[in-house]
Amino acid sequence: MSVIQIQNLTKYYGKTLALDGVDLEVEQGEVFGFIGPNGAGKTTTLRILLGLLRKNAGKVSVLGGDPWRDAVALHRRLAYVPGDVSLWPSLSGGEVIDLLGRLRGGVDQSRRDELVERFKFDPTKPCRTYSTGNRQKVALIAALVSDVELFILDEPTLGLDPLMEAVFRDCVAEVKRAGKTVLLSSHILAEVEALCDRISIINAGTIVESGTLAELRHLTRISVSVETAHPVTGLSEMPGVHNTRVDGTRAHFSVDAGAINRVMEHLTRFDVLVLTSAPPTLEDLFLRHYELQRGESAR
Amino acid sequence: MSEFSGTGALIRLILRRDRLLLPIWIALPPLFVVVVVAAFVSLYPTAASQQMLAAQIVNSPGLVALLGPVSAPTIGGLTAWRSSIFATVIVAGANVLTVIRHTRADEETGRYELLGSGVVGRRAPLSASLVVTLGADLVIAALVTGALVAFGLPVAGSVALGLSFAAIGWTFAALAGVAAQLAESAGVATGIAGAIFVLFYLLRAVGDANEQSGQSWLSWMSPIGWMRLVQPFAGERWGVFALFLGAIIALIVVAYTISSRRDVGAGILRPRLGPARATPWLRSPLALAWRLHRRTLLVWAAMFAVYGVMIGYLAKTSADLLATNPQLANLFAHFGGASAYTDSLFTLSLTFLGWIAAAYAITATLRLQSEEVEGRVDHVLAASVSRLRWATSDLAIAAIGSVVVLTAFGLLAGLTYGLSTGNVGYELPRMLVATLAYLPAIWVVAGIAMALYGLVPRLSFVSWGALGAFILVELIGETLQVSQSILNLSPFNQVPKVLVSGVSLMPLVSLTLLAFVLIIAGLVGFQRRSIG
Repeated sequence: MSVIQIQNLTKYYGKTLALDGVDLEVEQGEVFGFIGPNGAGKTTTLRILLGLLRKNAGKVSVLGGDPWRDAVALHRRLAYVPGDVSLWPSLSGGEVIDLLGRLRGGVDQSRRDELVERFKFDPTKPCRTYSTGNRQKVALIAALVSDVELFILDEPTLGLDPLMEAVFRDCVAEVKRAGKTVLLSSHILAEVEALCDRISIINAGTIVESGTLAELRHLTRISVSVETAHPVTGLSEMPGVHNTRVDGTRAHFSVDAGAINRVMEHLTRFDVLVLTSAPPTLEDLFLRHYELQRGESAR
Repeated sequence: MSEFSGTGALIRLILRRDRLLLPIWIALPPLFVVVVVAAFVSLYPTAASQQMLAAQIVNSPGLVALLGPVSAPTIGGLTAWRSSIFATVIVAGANVLTVIRHTRADEETGRYELLGSGVVGRRAPLSASLVVTLGADLVIAALVTGALVAFGLPVAGSVALGLSFAAIGWTFAALAGVAAQLAESAGVATGIAGAIFVLFYLLRAVGDANEQSGQSWLSWMSPIGWMRLVQPFAGERWGVFALFLGAIIALIVVAYTISSRRDVGAGILRPRLGPARATPWLRSPLALAWRLHRRTLLVWAAMFAVYGVMIGYLAKTSADLLATNPQLANLFAHFGGASAYTDSLFTLSLTFLGWIAAAYAITATLRLQSEEVEGRVDHVLAASVSRLRWATSDLAIAAIGSVVVLTAFGLLAGLTYGLSTGNVGYELPRMLVATLAYLPAIWVVAGIAMALYGLVPRLSFVSWGALGAFILVELIGETLQVSQSILNLSPFNQVPKVLVSGVSLMPLVSLTLLAFVLIIAGLVGFQRRSIG
């Protein structure tokens, strides 16, 4: 069952096109990663899902309802952490956590205390004194104390230190075990890799890639370092091989997933002594899309 | 001199950020002075009529307390009397807000972190804002002097009046510089400066009103009092400017000393810790709105209450004076005697009060906008709260808040005056009714703010322009003969002067309806547009 369905979503800010036909589907119980560079349209998409922004065209459904029309009823079933957390300067962190939890339908006190403890958060300070990371904790705790079906998190670990990031990952894993759905936007790739079942990559208002991590890896290149008995020749002429650097009997190159077999056959002729290959990271995938984008815009 | 490095660059930054605001507040005092001079020249052309007017003013303790005494019965003296307090409010207010905006507000929001990591000395932000305000104040002084001289007034007096505007402005700039060092939040710093302004105004009011009974030393305690003591157009006392200069230097030294010692972002007044848990009632948008508004509302209500006590007390002393002075009693006899005199005093102070209460209503209503601009509304609207419920919560507080501040004034003015005449049962209800009659007009102003916010949020600030225009219409209408159709543009002009001419329901009903329509329009627009 789909928790979030977006079809051909289009949004203009004045004359600027922010979202250009975005399609996205998030299934129940999965952790979905929504990644892309700054200004790609991540936050715009999330704010439309919350009914804060009006769409110009397309279909959007959240938990089976229309996010603009049914906002109040839907929001009882979801929790949101904005990317740039701004809080009321005169309220204490504890007050904000309680208030936001109550506005969503109620706060489980023991769960609240547990989260405050786990995130090592001091709830007595006025919000104007909190650092970025501490403001982020307020929003995260306020979201996680609520018993909701869907979490929409906009770059939730921005400003958290590595220890707190680990706590956050544990919390997401627990939420997932409880059968809840998480939509998480990020440009921290390791986080998405560690947490997400499926991802979509957005760039300049368009989804450029969607699928499981395994699926997306097929689309990227593997980087290979090889040491052979005889100097390798003819490698750079092969289709699907890029960035070749040959240094005597050592060679470094990257190769498209589809060309691996042919390249391996070619290499064996030079008597392979050592071969190391680095699996494609999300980083490669990300950079690859930027490259493609740049190539297109240059044309 | 490394503590001052970067001051020049910061001055340019301030000029860039305030390129629209600066010209507006620089232009206001000279414009007002021109209107006032023109009015006096056309309405009181002869020396005899000018002396008559000056005598009336000097013999009216209420007016003397509100605006100070007239130093000389000439066009120059009358202009100085009429324009000084108004100019003080504008110039001092603008100086305070400018200094705090470019010092403490930048630190509080973290904008200063970027600047401070560059080659910028500790004293540079304060120095830059003081230089800019000094420049602006001197431009005001030059424009005012030029305008007065152009009307053919004596040069010495014109220079003295113009300089007194600049002096009070820069005194408050320096004072704001100290306040910005003390508090960690810009709001508290502005509050400190505002409270000191009120204190100085009250010292001057009491001192000026009781000059004959030897209490003018109170006016000497207050920089606002010094403005009149300069005596423009009445044998100028240039020495008083040395007082201004001394105070300014002392304040700047204090501010610099603190700024060199404290941490960036820290103040001298430490913020208290808050509660670890919210109180049980903090569970709705209305409760949140109350929690956020309540301190401001209390301060406003306290100010209105103090103003009420002051006016009630003044009315009593004026009435006493009329009772013991047969000449004066004769003068006011054709207005209807002592009670008519106190009624007109109350009516005049209610006019001021209506404007101030409308300013409160605008700030309270436009909290909606700052919540949206700062992104805090996202938390609330992403929870299970409808837009209508959120917006009406703040509006409710703004509407009830204006009732509270007006009641505070009406109650205390009526009580103070009623106790002194021994007739509380009569004075209190009619003062209260006369005060609350301003509510519909104030709601119209709040309605304008809401309509703008809901329909074209970027233009919300125009509601301040609307209030300014209404005040200008009233001020000009008061002194010049203006057609009724122009006067009627201001909702305040429709408010029945209850004490003078009784209650009339029609204008109250139509104003309330207008406010209602404006608010509904704003709410409808707000529910249809994107947030942020």
